Amino acid sequence: MIPLSWYLVFAALLFCIGLYGVLARKNAIGILLGIELMLNAVNVNLIAFWRYRSPGGIAGQAFAIIVFAVAAAEVAVGLALIISIYRRRSSVVANDMNMMKW
Amino acid sequence: MTVEQIIFLVVAVVTLVAAIAVVTSRNLIHSALWLILTLFGVAVFYVLLDAGFFAVIQVIVYIGAIAILFIFASMLTRRVMQDTGPQSNSNWWLGALIALLLFGGIALVLISWQGFTTLAPILTGQSGQLSQLGLALVSPDQYVLPFELASVLLVAGMIGAIFVAGDKKQ
Amino acid sequence: MSTELMIWLLPLPPLLAFFLIVLFTNRYKALSHSLAVGAALLSWLGSMVVFFRAISTEHLGTHPFESVLNWLPTGNNWFQIGIRIDPLSAATLFFVAWTVLMIFIYSVGYHNYGQPAGDHDKKGLQPHGATITDEHGHRHVVPSIEPMYSRFFAFIGLFAFGMYTLVVSNNLLTLFVGWEIMGLCSYLLIGFWYQKPTARAAMIKAFITTRVGDVFMLLGIAYLYSSIGSLSYSDIFKPETLQTLASTPAIGGFLGLSAAGMIGILLFIGTIGKSAQWPLHVWLPDAMEGPTPVSAMIHAATMVSAGVYMVIRMFPLLQAGSEGGHLTPAMSLLAVIGTFTAIFAATIALAQNDIKRVLAYSTISQLGYMIAALGIGAYVAAAFHLFTHAFFKALLFLGSGSVIHGVEHGVLHTGEKVDPQDMFNMGGLRKKMPITFWTFLIGGFALSGFPLITAGFWSKDEILADAFANGHWVVFVTLALAAFITAFYTMRQITLTFLGEPRSDSAHHAQETPWTMTLPLVVLAIFAISLGWAGIAESFPVIGNLIPNFVHEFVGGTLIEMPEALPFTVIPLLVSVVAALGGLTLGWLVYRNQKAGAEDPLKATLGPVHTLLKNKYYFDEIYDTVFVRPAYWLADNFTNQILDRGIIDGILHFIARVASNVGTIFRNYFDKPVVNGFGDFVGEGVKRVGRTIKVIQTGKVQQYLLMALVLVFGAMFYFVFSFFGH
Repeated sequence: MIPLSWYLVFAALLFCIGLYGVLARKNAIGILLGIELMLNAVNVNLIAFWRYRSPGGIAGQAFAIIVFAVAAAEVAVGLALIISIYRRRSSVVANDMNMMKW
Repeated sequence: MTVEQIIFLVVAVVTLVAAIAVVTSRNLIHSALWLILTLFGVAVFYVLLDAGFFAVIQVIVYIGAIAILFIFASMLTRRVMQDTGPQSNSNWWLGALIALLLFGGIALVLISWQGFTTLAPILTGQSGQLSQLGLALVSPDQYVLPFELASVLLVAGMIGAIFVAGDKKQ
Repeated sequence: MSTELMIWLLPLPPLLAFFLIVLFTNRYKALSHSLAVGAALLSWLGSMVVFFRAISTEHLGTHPFESVLNWLPTGNNWFQIGIRIDPLSAATLFFVAWTVLMIFIYSVGYHNYGQPAGDHDKKGLQPHGATITDEHGHRHVVPSIEPMYSRFFAFIGLFAFGMYTLVVSNNLLTLFVGWEIMGLCSYLLIGFWYQKPTARAAMIKAFITTRVGDVFMLLGIAYLYSSIGSLSYSDIFKPETLQTLASTPAIGGFLGLSAAGMIGILLFIGTIGKSAQWPLHVWLPDAMEGPTPVSAMIHAATMVSAGVYMVIRMFPLLQAGSEGGHLTPAMSLLAVIGTFTAIFAATIALAQNDIKRVLAYSTISQLGYMIAALGIGAYVAAAFHLFTHAFFKALLFLGSGSVIHGVEHGVLHTGEKVDPQDMFNMGGLRKKMPITFWTFLIGGFALSGFPLITAGFWSKDEILADAFANGHWVVFVTLALAAFITAFYTMRQITLTFLGEPRSDSAHHAQETPWTMTLPLVVLAIFAISLGWAGIAESFPVIGNLIPNFVHEFVGGTLIEMPEALPFTVIPLLVSVVAALGGLTLGWLVYRNQKAGAEDPLKATLGPVHTLLKNKYYFDEIYDTVFVRPAYWLADNFTNQILDRGIIDGILHFIARVASNVGTIFRNYFDKPVVNGFGDFVGEGVKRVGRTIKVIQTGKVQQYLLMALVLVFGAMFYFVFSFFGH
């Protein structure tokens, strides 16, 4: 008998850890890892709400499926970009990619 | 404490520790491997939530594709990162603060929400059917549009990735 | 066509000719002169019809042809203008129409129509002849056509319009309009050859001198209008109006004159200017700078006659207030000035050598006769002399023009450098120019008053008779003396010009002028003889009863009271005959043997007096010193330097400086610091803010996310706390 709150808190924690990763990692791939964690936390949240609030409906699941697809696409493109940048500048440190400054 | 709850707690702890390891590991390959563990943990959660399909999808897609992709990318960009120094940038404390604040905020909001401690409703045989999900994704009056858009997105992403990361032979 | 309508239309053909020539036909000489002569012919025709209708109307004086129209709205009623033909204006119309037509025809020949264009002729200068080669290869210099041919006809067309307007008007205002138009045309035509400095000086002198007279005349008109509120003759000459004017004292009790007297004197001063009486006579001799048709028309037949016409018209006003034949102050002034001018000008004419100058002074003198006649109350005599004088003076001027043309022909032929207008270079022209000679002789005799057959005799005799009969001895004697001198200088002129032997090569080679010039001479000569017989006094012995005295009956009817016909007296007749014949004989005797290069015998006789006469009593020099030079000095020093440059320009410069300084102040203290400063401030401010803020754009994605989240949490905490605060 797991109350909804457990899942939500867990998801929140996972999300915040992911956020910390996004904000604090040097490596660009590390940032993407953090983003993956955040997306997973969101998915957990969605499925939990689906299961606990309206298991008869299918909206939660459909949403989560879409999130999967989006996450996959985003990772693919993001990594492609990082590889491309690495080829040019031989660096994957996020802070070095600051050409769009003033 | 029921069995479910114990399983839940154990898996939760494992997942969270693995998540922390993801974001603090000095070695990028280690981060990716820790990520795989985290994703496994999340898959277990899906099972606990009676969404078995999602657990499978999680393993196949996330772990089987995305995590592998991360490992590939790490290896392809590895040369410069031979020396694995500290992985945190100069503003890590601000990030930590923000994350904590965010968690606090969410927690506060959730606590004041009255549906916070509901228990899981009993599932009937009709709900949770995979066919229902399948139908939902292709029915014109349900979610066919996001589905199609997601497929377009995937195609675009694929083409974009190939284009951006491909070898440009002049 | 009704007579009134015809009278309205009389002035229009010449005006139309003026506009058409000026606007359209300036380049076409034949078309221009045809327009002008055609217009003159039309107006002449109309005038003849009107005149004949006029003389066949009974009591035209009390029932004249009159027509008015409302012109200016003045309060409750209208200022009206209109036309009026009573006996005086009908007779004036007669001579104006004839003389104008004759002079227009004469001008065609005078300006050498049909001759080739000159070698060196320029607009604004007299034509100097063209060299042509005849069939034998000989080169001759012949007279050349006037370069500004059409312009002349345009101007005389405008002039004719002015004169007709003056004659047909029924009120002083349109009379004054016609007066001034003629003044303008006189100016334009005297200075027709405007490149000549003497012509330019003469045109200005004429205009300004007559202007002096016109100012006083306008004052008189204004005074009259303010006294009785109307300017039309029918209103002025009502007996009640005249009575009122005669009994009201003039403004300021000026010299004890009545209002009528004051007005009369002011109007008369206009005539002094226009008809060249002393002291405003100085412009007329200089006006001989213009072409001869101009001298004939303006300064003999029409314009100067207009002055006399006006004062004859105003006679009832001048006479107002006199009882039983006593002269009013205005009439006395007329008599004095007229008589003095008559003798004054006659003496000057004695010493002049230019053929046209003699005639100019003669005109002044004869006008003096008319004015004197009017001054002593001889209304009909003055009018009669006006009519006859117009014809024979026009004849004399046109004749002199013919003479000058003939001598010029000789000058061009021989290449001699002599003045073709100097009588002492002429002589013996009667053989070379017979028609001119005979007509000039008739005119000269008319001027002198040759008994019985010339018109001048009858009109001059009547003036002398009137003076004698009314006991004005001074006037009688002076005018008789002037008549003698007139005859003398006229015969001097004829003898020097036509009789004897030619005194220069040019005179030897002179030629008669074409028919366009001699025909008008003949026509005018006919009038110069016959017109006199229309005015023979009924009381004249023998012939008096053969023909009624048309002039007296007709013209006298203009006045309310028909003037009495005078009984015949022998003495004035004798005096007049003696003066005329004596003067003519003496003139012939003195000059018949004048040789080339010899001195004028009068110089020896008169000595220093001759120099005085030749220099016109130095009046020109006196006026120059007393009036002209001070005016120039005043204009230059006061008006130009002080008023114009100093004050007006000074004010303008001051305003400009003030504006400039205010502008500079605005620029330096407001525009630059405030407006520019504000603009710069805004720009600089934005730039500084930008420079300060741009540091947040580090290009580092993580920092962006951090910033976003910080702000989001800030907002979220605010809302959360406010949420929890409730």
